[in-house]
Amino acid sequence: MQTIGILGAGKLGITLAQIATKAGYQVLIASSKDPQAITLTIEVLAPTAQAVTSATAIAKSDVLILAMPLSHYKQVNRQAVKGKIIIDAMNYWWEVDGNRPELLDKTISTSELVQAYFKESIVIKALNHMGYHDLADESLLSDTANPLKKAIAIAGNQRKSINVVKKIIQAFGFDTVVLATLHDGIRLQPGTPAFGANVAEAELRAMIATTIPGEFQLGQHN
Amino acid sequence: MTKVQFGLDTFGDIPRDLIINEQPDYPQAIRQVVKEAKLAEAVGVDIIALGEHHRFDYAISSPEVVLAAIASVTNKITLGSAVTVLSSDDPVRVFERFATVDALANGRAQVMLGRGSFTESFPLFGYDLADYDQLFEEKVNLFSELLKEKETTWTGQLRPALSGANIFPKTQHGLSTWIGVGGSPESIIRAARYELPVMLAVISGTPKRFAPYIELAKQAAAKFQTQPQPIGIHSHGVIATDQAQAETVAWYSIKAMMDQLGRERGWSAMSKAQFDREIKTGSMYVGTPQTVAKKIAKVIKTLNLARFDLVYGAGNQSITEREATIRLYGEEVIPLVKEMLAE
Repeated sequence: MQTIGILGAGKLGITLAQIATKAGYQVLIASSKDPQAITLTIEVLAPTAQAVTSATAIAKSDVLILAMPLSHYKQVNRQAVKGKIIIDAMNYWWEVDGNRPELLDKTISTSELVQAYFKESIVIKALNHMGYHDLADESLLSDTANPLKKAIAIAGNQRKSINVVKKIIQAFGFDTVVLATLHDGIRLQPGTPAFGANVAEAELRAMIATTIPGEFQLGQHN
Repeated sequence: MTKVQFGLDTFGDIPRDLIINEQPDYPQAIRQVVKEAKLAEAVGVDIIALGEHHRFDYAISSPEVVLAAIASVTNKITLGSAVTVLSSDDPVRVFERFATVDALANGRAQVMLGRGSFTESFPLFGYDLADYDQLFEEKVNLFSELLKEKETTWTGQLRPALSGANIFPKTQHGLSTWIGVGGSPESIIRAARYELPVMLAVISGTPKRFAPYIELAKQAAAKFQTQPQPIGIHSHGVIATDQAQAETVAWYSIKAMMDQLGRERGWSAMSKAQFDREIKTGSMYVGTPQTVAKKIAKVIKTLNLARFDLVYGAGNQSITEREATIRLYGEEVIPLVKEMLAE
């Protein structure tokens, strides 16, 4: 059995902890605060997951999921993550991350920025495009799931690591659509048709194929 | 089961009839809400709750001012906010304003404190979004002290300290206070700590996924040795005598509104399949009184709720459509739900 570490105990992090524990993984989850601050939440919402420090979540996990605000990724000790697979489930969210023009560059994927920081880890973009409530509802492990299997897109540069992530997402109860490079993750970001997509494989594939990078526009706040 | 309360919530969306040459008539949209609150009371709704926003698509930025007007033309209905964005407001001022409404309404005022699912009030009033969590934490802490209506001594980091401050007006029987929550477990735990009831905004997805949150509230209360408090949810809906008609209205109003908000956040538009699913098994209460009543009764039973608020008139519905939802909710849905719950 693999151990999954999750950094971020917000709505997404907790939802992923719920799904991963149901799928039979060991789950270690950490927030930016003391583990005690989330113990009760985890005990009730994802009983078999463990609230730990981020150092423990990193040290003891086989695969690490980043589910914290995108603007915080540099707070993670990259030396400690060396050699590990990192699933980047983060998105630029101006309300949380503030106004950061560098995250709005339409020519690169935010996961490429994350990869540039975690030089010695393998960053795979996945689990970023489906809303947390849809993830909860649509995972085939959920007791309210629809019979139709939904798909999650994965973007990365390394075949072997992509396959590891693919297996995890399949175990979570989803089909997968693999994009050729981490750069292609740009087709899954806010403003694209795939962002927010809660659809089956063929439809997700079609959405991604028709996206022309650079043409989409993140809506402006009024 | 304790008596369930039924509310109607609005943010003061602009009725279609009040948009002339693309210009929303905000003053009239506000007066329309006062009329609707009167109607809600007349048809037996327990609570009218108004939300605070600072955006072009909603007319209400000062819920308690509108509530004060409603206070003077009603005498039974509870007058609430849903929510008051406490993070970007001053707790003392919020208390003073709601205590004033409470006086005008003979004890019917109720404040619901929230962090706000929108963040436009932060730059507007000079608050830093980076302090999002701390602002709310500190201000709820201060507010809970003010609720005691005694001399308050308080220190925090983001607001000047108070030393033996006495706040006026005092209320007759205390100010009814709820916490509005989007889906953050931290907020549930916080509410239990302050012994305040919780309203969950359930905007999409199956409501059943909130069942663990109800358990969390219970366990948190046990941990803090506080009294378990009532829990309610608020969700969108349209009621009409004809199912297809209700769905048509919801499609051009609620769906359009959600798509607008989605665009600002980079989400793609809601598909017909998603829309249908929200109505069937998700969190939109759309249809005939019978359909909507069944769905409300089910969610109240599943989550053991003490309160259900229907968000009515979302998007640009016509005045007729808005009033139809209010009338059918009060005259038919609420009695039907009560019957179903009694079974």
